[in-house]
Amino acid sequence: MSLEVKDDEIDIVVAAIHSDLTSFMNEWRPIFSRFHLIIVKDPDLKEELKIPEGFNLDVYKKSDIDRVVGSSTSILFSGYSCRYFGYLVSRKKYIISVDDDCLPARENDGFLVDAVAQHITNLTTPATPFFFNTLYDPYCEGADFVRGYPFSLRSGVKCALSCGLWLNLADHDAPTQALKPGHRNSRYVDAVLTVPARALAPISGINIAFDREVVGPAMLPALRLAGEGKFRWETMEDIWSGMCVKVICDHLGLGVKTGLPYVWRNDRGDAIASLKKEWEGVKLMEEVVPFFQSVRLPRTATTAEDCVVEVANAVKEQLGSTDPVFARAAGAMLDWVKLWKSVGSSASS
Amino acid sequence: MEPATATQAAAPAVPQLKDELDIVIPTIRNLDFLEMWRPFFQPYHLIIVQDGDPSKTIKVPEGFDYELYNRNDINKILGPKASCISFKDSACRCFGYMVSKKKYIFTIDDDCFVAKDPSGKAINALEQHIKNLLSPSTPFFFNTLYDPFRDGADFVRGYPFSLREGVPTAVSHGLWLNIPDYDAPTQLVKPLERNTRYVDAVLSIPKGTLFPMCGMNLAFDRELIGPAMYFGLMGDGQPIGRYDDMWAGWCVKVICDHLGLGVKTGLPYIYHSKASNPFVNLRKEYKGIFWQEEIIPFFQQAVLPKDCTTVQKCYVELSKQVKDKLGKIDPYFDKLADAMVTWIDAWDELNPSGASLPNGKAK
Repeated sequence: MSLEVKDDEIDIVVAAIHSDLTSFMNEWRPIFSRFHLIIVKDPDLKEELKIPEGFNLDVYKKSDIDRVVGSSTSILFSGYSCRYFGYLVSRKKYIISVDDDCLPARENDGFLVDAVAQHITNLTTPATPFFFNTLYDPYCEGADFVRGYPFSLRSGVKCALSCGLWLNLADHDAPTQALKPGHRNSRYVDAVLTVPARALAPISGINIAFDREVVGPAMLPALRLAGEGKFRWETMEDIWSGMCVKVICDHLGLGVKTGLPYVWRNDRGDAIASLKKEWEGVKLMEEVVPFFQSVRLPRTATTAEDCVVEVANAVKEQLGSTDPVFARAAGAMLDWVKLWKSVGSSASS
Repeated sequence: MEPATATQAAAPAVPQLKDELDIVIPTIRNLDFLEMWRPFFQPYHLIIVQDGDPSKTIKVPEGFDYELYNRNDINKILGPKASCISFKDSACRCFGYMVSKKKYIFTIDDDCFVAKDPSGKAINALEQHIKNLLSPSTPFFFNTLYDPFRDGADFVRGYPFSLREGVPTAVSHGLWLNIPDYDAPTQLVKPLERNTRYVDAVLSIPKGTLFPMCGMNLAFDRELIGPAMYFGLMGDGQPIGRYDDMWAGWCVKVICDHLGLGVKTGLPYIYHSKASNPFVNLRKEYKGIFWQEEIIPFFQQAVLPKDCTTVQKCYVELSKQVKDKLGKIDPYFDKLADAMVTWIDAWDELNPSGASLPNGKAK
């Protein structure tokens, strides 16, 4: 862990899609126990949450969400999107968020992966989006910039987002997982790298960390599938949010890293059942990607909030008539910025 | 960290592409390193480009099928056009690309040995390069699980299905364990640093992103991108060295991006055994370190017109832009731009029938 970052600068946000968090919390205890946690209960969940003792945490339920957010917003903080409420009420600089069906992974030599420490290292060392380093992260121990890497680009830029990966059940869409039901990701790739500027990537919300002060407003709940469900392959909210964040980071000269840390993702759900139900998300991506590849932000947009508004307007204009889900997303993005300004950025909790 | 010794165990029963791939090796010393690679390389044809004193005899180990060219041969074959081929620099290797008749090229330095993967098994670098070249690249959208065509991997959620076919792979850029490919200043500051991290990934370098291409462990599809693999004017009589592969890499990437071709980097690893003298390197690289500050923006902003539909047309157009925009940095770039054209002329002369086949859709 970076010596400069104190534990109280970090919030760990967990969306409780399941009521019994006992084994989740106990498995993560060695890594999570020194930090403050924000647990947000999915408003659709009927049962009481079961959380083991010994953590410093705040739990937010439907009543809290309703109280803080009111009815003035089009944003639905349900399902996986309830985590964004946690981002909203946090007052820390760094947020780390993992899905509640993930456990700490083990490296090839058996050591437990401290996902928090790795995310913080990623966020507190520079990113290098303007030129690809073939030895991957030049700031990690035992590596450096290679011959031919321009010296003027070696100080890098601030890293705003750190996207981790998953062992066992990787983050595939339903058709892919359904086609290969036994497929499990067992390859541990020992690298962190910067996603180059102007390159887009599907940024999964399963294991993610970000600098809230810098890009908080851009981590937003907006794209809600008509058949959105309680399995990751029935959602697109994180993919949409990730596209917004990458475009905004590219515009503001910030970096996005991907790779380590890994988490272990439990087997859950039936891809074929999800496939029968819904693959709207897969169809929508065909429109989403060309849009984000072409969106350009004006020079006058210099903050994350400004950028979100610009992107929302572009969504309304260019995608609004394609599918009502996009018009709703644009509205949700604007609502989010308003919420962020009134609730999110105030100094007192 | 040690190189592998038990290489015979890892040799494939059927060497893929054995009649379609040439191995190009520049050398000035000897080819002893080939003994170690024998189980992997022996089925293939070698093109040895002998740099330095042509009167010296380079002994090729028994049992290899090869052609060898020294400076006299290069001068005889190319005549006045031989001026584009560097002397006293491994950049001369690109003569081997030009003279080859095969579809694929694998090039390796003579101080590169077989590496071991984390399980201790000898790595057949050539086999991995072939896998990389024979499977598509995905430069239009970044897959967070890296090469989706590898065994045990796939596209992640959110990756558009319309982009999952990928594009043909033109270049496979491998890496090095042990002595890393650092520039002279970094070597001077960290003389003892060794690359011991085995990163089990192959990935496509996104469209629009440049990278430093190292020629130590490199394979490419000669039919798709060969004419762009010119390694420039380096070495004897030139103001710069150790930028040959860099220059080729920037040209190649711009052209691949334009023609919709892919460039992969990552596996395979080789074991790089020899650290070159950092003071000698500093003298060679010195100008390059300053010049690359202008060269990089040049390549980042280079736009090729739609009617450049072949690699040769793209390359000649690039040479014009080099003369135009980089000529003012130093007269060297004027010379280099001319040499780029000479190279294409020589390439087309030595490779007549396939000279102007369109290689892909210009974007």
